[in-house]
Amino acid sequence: MSVYRTMATTTTTRHSRRTSKTLLEPTGKEEETYEAPRLVVPVDPSRDHVQGDPKAMLTLVEYGDYQCPFCGAAYPEVKKVQKELGTKLRFVFRNFPLTNVHEFAMAAAETAEAASAQKKFWEMHDFLYEHQRTLGDDRVALGYAKKLGLDTQRFEREISQHAYQKRIKDDFMGGVKSGVNGTPTFYVNGVRHDGPAESEAIIKSLKTKS
Amino acid sequence: MKAPNFSLNSTPDQKVSLKDFRGQPVILAFYPADWSPVCTDQLSLYAEVMPEFKKFNAELLAISVDNIWSHLAFAKDRKLNFPVLADFEPKGDVSRKYGAFKEKIGESARALFVIDDHGIVRWSHLSPDGVNPGAEGILSALDQLNKPKA
Repeated sequence: MSVYRTMATTTTTRHSRRTSKTLLEPTGKEEETYEAPRLVVPVDPSRDHVQGDPKAMLTLVEYGDYQCPFCGAAYPEVKKVQKELGTKLRFVFRNFPLTNVHEFAMAAAETAEAASAQKKFWEMHDFLYEHQRTLGDDRVALGYAKKLGLDTQRFEREISQHAYQKRIKDDFMGGVKSGVNGTPTFYVNGVRHDGPAESEAIIKSLKTKS
Repeated sequence: MKAPNFSLNSTPDQKVSLKDFRGQPVILAFYPADWSPVCTDQLSLYAEVMPEFKKFNAELLAISVDNIWSHLAFAKDRKLNFPVLADFEPKGDVSRKYGAFKEKIGESARALFVIDDHGIVRWSHLSPDGVNPGAEGILSALDQLNKPKA
Protein backbone atom coordinates (compact mmCIF):
# COMPACT_ATOMS: atom_id res chain seq x y z
CA MET A 1 0.00 0.00 0.00
CA SER A 2 2.44 2.61 -1.18
CA VAL A 3 -0.15 5.38 -0.95
CA TYR A 4 0.30 5.31 2.80
CA ARG A 5 4.05 5.69 2.87
CA THR A 6 3.92 9.36 3.70
CA MET A 7 1.19 8.94 6.27
CA ALA A 8 3.47 9.55 9.21
CA THR A 9 4.14 13.09 8.06
CA THR A 10 0.47 13.90 8.25
CA THR A 11 0.07 12.58 11.76
CA THR A 12 0.40 14.97 14.59
CA THR A 13 -0.62 13.37 17.82
CA ARG A 14 1.54 11.52 20.26
CA HIS A 15 0.04 8.23 19.19
CA SER A 16 1.82 8.43 15.88
CA ARG A 17 5.23 8.40 17.50
CA ARG A 18 4.86 5.05 19.06
CA THR A 19 3.70 3.09 16.05
CA SER A 20 5.62 2.03 13.00
CA LYS A 21 6.64 4.87 10.72
CA THR A 22 4.60 3.56 7.84
CA LEU A 23 1.55 3.10 9.88
CA LEU A 24 -0.34 0.62 7.82
CA GLU A 25 2.47 -1.73 7.08
CA PRO A 26 2.71 -3.68 10.31
CA THR A 27 6.35 -4.26 11.15
CA GLY A 28 5.69 -6.88 13.77
CA LYS A 29 7.58 -4.64 16.17
CA GLU A 30 4.58 -2.71 17.44
CA GLU A 31 4.92 -4.39 20.83
CA GLU A 32 8.54 -3.24 21.16
CA THR A 33 7.89 0.37 20.25
CA TYR A 34 4.64 0.56 22.17
CA GLU A 35 4.52 3.03 24.99
CA ALA A 36 1.53 3.00 27.33
CA PRO A 37 -0.40 6.27 27.66
CA ARG A 38 0.16 8.51 30.66
CA LEU A 39 -2.23 10.09 33.08
CA VAL A 40 -2.70 13.67 31.88
CA VAL A 41 -4.77 14.80 34.87
CA PRO A 42 -2.39 14.79 37.87
CA VAL A 43 -3.66 13.56 41.22
CA ASP A 44 -5.06 16.48 43.18
CA PRO A 45 -5.79 15.59 46.81
CA SER A 46 -8.03 18.64 47.14
CA ARG A 47 -10.35 17.25 44.48
CA ASP A 48 -9.61 13.54 44.12
CA HIS A 49 -10.75 10.70 46.34
CA VAL A 50 -7.47 9.57 47.88
CA GLN A 51 -7.09 6.64 50.23
CA GLY A 52 -3.83 6.24 52.14
CA ASP A 53 -1.02 8.70 52.73
CA PRO A 54 -1.51 11.58 50.24
CA LYS A 55 2.27 11.86 50.02
CA ALA A 56 2.94 8.16 49.55
CA MET A 57 5.70 7.05 47.21
CA LEU A 58 3.48 4.88 45.03
CA THR A 59 0.23 5.92 43.38
CA LEU A 60 -2.49 3.72 41.97
CA VAL A 61 -5.32 5.47 40.11
CA GLU A 62 -8.43 3.58 39.06
CA TYR A 63 -11.00 4.77 36.55
CA GLY A 64 -14.03 2.70 37.47
CA ASP A 65 -17.72 2.09 36.90
CA TYR A 66 -19.79 0.80 39.84
CA GLN A 67 -21.92 -1.43 37.63
CA CYS A 68 -19.09 -2.96 35.62
CA PRO A 69 -18.56 -6.61 36.60
CA PHE A 70 -14.84 -6.36 35.83
CA CYS A 71 -14.54 -3.44 38.27
CA GLY A 72 -16.42 -5.55 40.79
CA ALA A 73 -13.86 -8.30 40.28
CA ALA A 74 -10.98 -5.82 40.57
CA TYR A 75 -12.32 -4.36 43.84
CA PRO A 76 -10.92 -7.08 46.15
CA GLU A 77 -7.70 -7.06 44.12
CA VAL A 78 -7.18 -3.39 44.93
CA LYS A 79 -7.79 -4.18 48.61
CA LYS A 80 -5.06 -6.82 48.42
CA VAL A 81 -2.67 -4.32 46.82
CA GLN A 82 -3.42 -1.81 49.59
CA LYS A 83 -2.90 -4.41 52.30
CA GLU A 84 0.40 -5.53 50.82
CA LEU A 85 1.87 -2.07 50.25
CA GLY A 86 0.41 -0.34 53.31
CA THR A 87 1.60 3.22 53.84
CA LYS A 88 3.78 3.16 50.71
CA LEU A 89 0.65 3.45 48.55
CA ARG A 90 -2.02 6.03 47.89
CA PHE A 91 -5.07 4.84 45.97
CA VAL A 92 -7.19 7.23 43.91
CA PHE A 93 -10.63 6.46 42.50
CA ARG A 94 -12.09 8.40 39.58
CA ASN A 95 -15.44 7.92 37.88
CA PHE A 96 -15.77 6.40 34.44
CA PRO A 97 -19.41 5.34 34.12
CA LEU A 98 -20.23 3.67 30.79
CA THR A 99 -23.82 4.81 30.80
CA ASN A 100 -24.82 3.28 27.46
CA VAL A 101 -24.16 -0.25 28.62
CA HIS A 102 -24.67 0.20 32.37
CA GLU A 103 -27.97 1.89 33.11
CA PHE A 104 -27.32 2.31 36.85
CA ALA A 105 -23.68 3.41 36.60
CA MET A 106 -24.31 7.16 36.64
CA ALA A 107 -26.75 7.00 39.56
CA ALA A 108 -24.29 4.85 41.49
CA ALA A 109 -21.47 7.33 40.85
CA GLU A 110 -23.77 10.16 42.00
CA THR A 111 -24.58 8.16 45.13
CA ALA A 112 -20.91 7.82 46.03
CA GLU A 113 -20.29 11.50 45.33
CA ALA A 114 -23.26 12.50 47.48
CA ALA A 115 -21.80 10.43 50.31
CA SER A 116 -18.45 12.09 49.64
CA ALA A 117 -20.03 15.49 50.23
CA GLN A 118 -20.64 14.23 53.78
CA LYS A 119 -17.14 12.74 54.14
CA LYS A 120 -18.19 9.13 53.59
CA PHE A 121 -16.94 8.50 50.06
CA TRP A 122 -14.90 5.37 50.69
CA GLU A 123 -17.58 3.77 52.85
CA MET A 124 -20.12 4.20 50.04
CA HIS A 125 -17.63 3.27 47.33
CA ASP A 126 -16.95 -0.03 49.07
CA PHE A 127 -20.61 -0.63 49.80
CA LEU A 128 -21.58 -0.14 46.14
CA TYR A 129 -18.93 -2.59 44.93
CA GLU A 130 -19.95 -5.08 47.59
CA HIS A 131 -23.62 -4.76 46.57
CA GLN A 132 -23.36 -4.48 42.80
CA ARG A 133 -26.41 -6.65 42.29
CA THR A 134 -28.63 -4.26 44.15
CA LEU A 135 -27.78 -1.26 41.98
CA GLY A 136 -31.01 0.10 40.58
CA ASP A 137 -32.81 -0.21 43.89
CA ASP A 138 -32.21 3.21 45.48
CA ARG A 139 -33.48 2.04 48.87
CA VAL A 140 -30.42 -0.13 49.41
CA ALA A 141 -27.88 2.69 49.25
CA LEU A 142 -30.27 4.97 51.14
CA GLY A 143 -30.49 2.41 53.94
CA TYR A 144 -26.72 2.36 54.13
CA ALA A 145 -26.57 6.17 54.08
CA LYS A 146 -28.85 6.15 57.15
CA LYS A 147 -26.62 3.61 58.82
CA LEU A 148 -23.62 5.85 58.16
CA GLY A 149 -25.46 8.68 59.87
CA LEU A 150 -25.69 10.86 56.77
CA ASP A 151 -28.18 13.67 56.39
CA THR A 152 -30.38 11.59 54.11
CA GLN A 153 -32.55 14.48 53.01
CA ARG A 154 -29.53 16.26 51.64
CA PHE A 155 -28.15 12.98 50.26
CA GLU A 156 -31.34 12.19 48.33
CA ARG A 157 -31.79 15.75 47.13
CA GLU A 158 -28.27 15.98 45.74
CA ILE A 159 -28.68 12.69 43.88
CA SER A 160 -32.05 13.61 42.38
CA GLN A 161 -30.78 17.04 41.35
CA HIS A 162 -27.67 15.51 39.78
CA ALA A 163 -25.52 17.85 41.84
CA TYR A 164 -22.33 15.89 41.08
CA GLN A 165 -22.92 14.90 37.49
CA LYS A 166 -20.58 17.56 36.14
CA ARG A 167 -17.78 16.35 38.36
CA ILE A 168 -18.39 12.78 37.22
CA LYS A 169 -18.33 13.83 33.57
CA ASP A 170 -15.13 15.79 34.19
CA ASP A 171 -13.58 12.64 35.62
CA PHE A 172 -14.76 10.75 32.54
CA MET A 173 -13.32 13.21 30.00
CA GLY A 174 -10.05 13.47 31.90
CA GLY A 175 -9.92 9.67 31.66
CA VAL A 176 -10.60 9.67 27.93
CA LYS A 177 -7.77 12.15 27.43
CA SER A 178 -5.44 9.94 29.45
CA GLY A 179 -6.26 6.94 27.28
CA VAL A 180 -8.77 5.13 29.47
CA ASN A 181 -10.04 2.42 27.14
CA GLY A 182 -12.53 0.51 29.25
CA THR A 183 -13.23 -0.22 32.87
CA PRO A 184 -11.45 -0.66 35.09
CA THR A 185 -8.38 1.18 33.81
CA PHE A 186 -5.50 1.54 36.25
CA TYR A 187 -2.55 3.93 36.20
CA VAL A 188 0.49 2.94 38.17
CA ASN A 189 2.60 5.94 39.07
CA GLY A 190 1.06 7.81 36.17
CA VAL A 191 1.39 5.15 33.46
CA ARG A 192 -1.51 3.06 32.17
CA HIS A 193 -1.36 -0.50 33.46
CA ASP A 194 -2.12 -2.70 30.46
CA GLY A 195 -1.64 -5.96 32.38
CA PRO A 196 -4.30 -7.93 34.22
CA ALA A 197 -6.37 -6.19 36.89
CA GLU A 198 -5.02 -8.58 39.51
CA SER A 199 -3.15 -7.73 42.68
CA GLU A 200 0.08 -9.51 41.78
CA ALA A 201 0.39 -7.83 38.39
CA ILE A 202 -0.51 -4.43 39.82
CA ILE A 203 1.98 -4.73 42.70
CA LYS A 204 4.72 -5.78 40.30
CA SER A 205 3.90 -2.90 38.03
CA LEU A 206 3.85 -0.41 40.95
CA LYS A 207 7.24 -1.57 42.13
CA THR A 208 8.92 -1.49 38.72
CA LYS A 209 7.46 1.79 37.52
CA SER A 210 8.38 3.84 40.56
CA MET B 1 -3.62 10.91 1.06
CA LYS B 2 -7.04 10.44 -0.43
CA ALA B 3 -9.09 7.89 1.49
CA PRO B 4 -10.17 5.00 -0.78
CA ASN B 5 -13.94 5.11 -1.24
CA PHE B 6 -16.02 2.08 -0.30
CA SER B 7 -19.61 1.00 -0.04
CA LEU B 8 -20.55 -1.55 2.63
CA ASN B 9 -23.75 -2.86 4.16
CA SER B 10 -24.88 -1.35 7.43
CA THR B 11 -28.13 -3.34 7.42
CA PRO B 12 -29.22 -6.25 5.19
CA ASP B 13 -30.65 -3.82 2.62
CA GLN B 14 -28.74 -0.58 3.21
CA LYS B 15 -25.29 0.41 2.12
CA VAL B 16 -23.11 3.19 3.47
CA SER B 17 -20.50 4.84 1.26
CA LEU B 18 -17.60 6.90 2.50
CA LYS B 19 -18.36 9.61 -0.04
CA ASP B 20 -21.81 10.13 1.52
CA PHE B 21 -20.00 11.94 4.32
CA ARG B 22 -18.04 14.41 2.22
CA GLY B 23 -18.15 17.77 3.98
CA GLN B 24 -17.67 16.36 7.47
CA PRO B 25 -14.88 14.49 9.25
CA VAL B 26 -15.15 10.69 9.33
CA ILE B 27 -13.56 8.34 11.82
CA LEU B 28 -12.97 4.79 10.56
CA ALA B 29 -12.48 2.18 13.26
CA PHE B 30 -11.39 -1.20 11.91
CA TYR B 31 -11.56 -3.89 14.57
CA PRO B 32 -10.96 -7.65 14.63
CA ALA B 33 -14.30 -9.14 15.60
CA ASP B 34 -17.73 -8.64 17.14
CA TRP B 35 -18.31 -10.13 20.59
CA SER B 36 -14.89 -9.58 22.08
CA PRO B 37 -14.99 -11.05 25.57
CA VAL B 38 -14.60 -7.72 27.38
CA CYS B 39 -17.79 -5.99 28.43
CA THR B 40 -16.43 -2.52 27.96
CA ASP B 41 -14.60 -2.83 24.71
CA GLN B 42 -13.35 -0.25 22.25
CA LEU B 43 -16.68 0.30 20.50
CA SER B 44 -18.67 0.64 23.74
CA LEU B 45 -16.22 3.35 24.72
CA TYR B 46 -16.76 5.13 21.40
CA ALA B 47 -20.54 4.98 21.89
CA GLU B 48 -19.98 6.72 25.21
CA VAL B 49 -17.60 9.33 23.75
CA MET B 50 -19.88 9.97 20.74
CA PRO B 51 -21.08 13.38 22.05
CA GLU B 52 -17.44 14.52 21.98
CA PHE B 53 -16.97 13.29 18.39
CA LYS B 54 -20.18 15.10 17.45
CA LYS B 55 -18.72 18.37 18.70
CA PHE B 56 -16.44 18.10 15.66
CA ASN B 57 -19.43 17.12 13.47
CA ALA B 58 -17.62 13.81 12.95
CA GLU B 59 -19.23 10.55 11.90
CA LEU B 60 -17.87 7.22 13.13
CA LEU B 61 -17.95 4.10 10.98
CA ALA B 62 -16.87 0.80 12.57
CA ILE B 63 -15.76 -1.96 10.21
CA SER B 64 -15.02 -5.65 10.67
CA VAL B 65 -15.34 -8.79 8.54
CA ASP B 66 -18.26 -10.17 10.55
CA ASN B 67 -21.52 -10.56 8.67
CA ILE B 68 -24.37 -8.11 8.92
CA TRP B 69 -26.54 -10.27 11.21
CA SER B 70 -23.76 -10.56 13.72
CA HIS B 71 -23.23 -6.80 13.50
CA LEU B 72 -26.91 -6.06 14.10
CA ALA B 73 -27.06 -8.25 17.18
CA PHE B 74 -23.74 -6.90 18.44
CA ALA B 75 -24.72 -3.26 17.92
CA LYS B 76 -28.02 -3.82 19.71
CA ASP B 77 -26.40 -5.61 22.61
CA ARG B 78 -23.73 -2.92 23.10
CA LYS B 79 -26.14 -0.07 22.32
CA LEU B 80 -23.84 1.27 19.62
CA ASN B 81 -24.97 4.59 18.21
CA PHE B 82 -23.05 4.55 14.91
CA PRO B 83 -23.03 2.35 11.78
CA VAL B 84 -21.21 -0.97 12.02
CA LEU B 85 -20.23 -2.06 8.52
CA ALA B 86 -19.70 -5.58 7.21
CA ASP B 87 -16.50 -6.00 5.19
CA PHE B 88 -17.77 -9.48 4.48
CA GLU B 89 -17.82 -10.09 0.73
CA PRO B 90 -15.26 -10.09 -0.77
CA LYS B 91 -13.95 -10.71 2.71
CA GLY B 92 -11.72 -7.95 4.04
CA ASP B 93 -11.64 -6.08 0.73
CA VAL B 94 -12.00 -2.62 2.27
CA SER B 95 -9.74 -3.42 5.23
CA ARG B 96 -7.10 -4.49 2.70
CA LYS B 97 -7.42 -1.22 0.78
CA TYR B 98 -6.60 0.58 4.01
CA GLY B 99 -3.73 -1.77 4.82
CA ALA B 100 -5.71 -2.92 7.83
CA PHE B 101 -6.20 -6.60 7.11
CA LYS B 102 -4.35 -9.42 8.82
CA GLU B 103 -4.00 -12.07 6.15
CA LYS B 104 -2.85 -14.83 8.47
CA ILE B 105 -5.85 -14.69 10.76
CA GLY B 106 -8.37 -13.30 8.31
CA GLU B 107 -9.47 -10.38 10.48
CA SER B 108 -9.22 -6.61 10.31
CA ALA B 109 -6.45 -5.08 12.35
CA ARG B 110 -7.30 -2.64 15.15
CA ALA B 111 -6.67 0.43 13.03
CA LEU B 112 -8.06 3.95 13.22
CA PHE B 113 -8.31 6.65 10.56
CA VAL B 114 -9.45 10.23 10.75
CA ILE B 115 -10.55 11.56 7.37
CA ASP B 116 -11.21 15.26 6.85
CA ASP B 117 -14.17 16.91 5.15
CA HIS B 118 -12.41 16.69 1.78
CA GLY B 119 -11.92 12.93 2.04
CA ILE B 120 -8.22 13.14 2.91
CA VAL B 121 -6.71 10.83 5.52
CA ARG B 122 -5.24 13.13 8.15
CA TRP B 123 -4.36 10.65 10.91
CA SER B 124 -4.09 6.94 11.37
CA HIS B 125 -3.07 4.59 14.10
CA LEU B 126 -2.41 0.89 14.29
CA SER B 127 -2.67 -0.73 17.71
CA PRO B 128 -0.52 -3.61 18.84
CA ASP B 129 -2.47 -6.85 19.20
CA GLY B 130 -4.68 -6.88 22.23
CA VAL B 131 -4.30 -3.19 23.01
CA ASN B 132 -7.46 -1.15 22.91
CA PRO B 133 -6.38 2.28 21.62
CA GLY B 134 -9.02 4.29 23.50
CA ALA B 135 -10.38 7.55 22.11
CA GLU B 136 -7.71 10.09 22.94
CA GLY B 137 -5.86 9.78 19.61
CA ILE B 138 -9.06 10.34 17.65
CA LEU B 139 -9.99 13.42 19.67
CA SER B 140 -6.52 14.94 19.27
CA ALA B 141 -6.63 14.26 15.51
CA LEU B 142 -10.09 15.85 15.20
CA ASP B 143 -8.83 18.82 17.17
CA GLN B 144 -5.88 19.19 14.78
CA LEU B 145 -8.20 19.25 11.74
CA ASN B 146 -9.40 22.68 12.77
CA LYS B 147 -5.94 24.10 13.15
CA PRO B 148 -3.97 25.58 10.26
CA LYS B 149 -1.13 23.39 9.05
CA ALA B 150 2.23 24.25 10.58
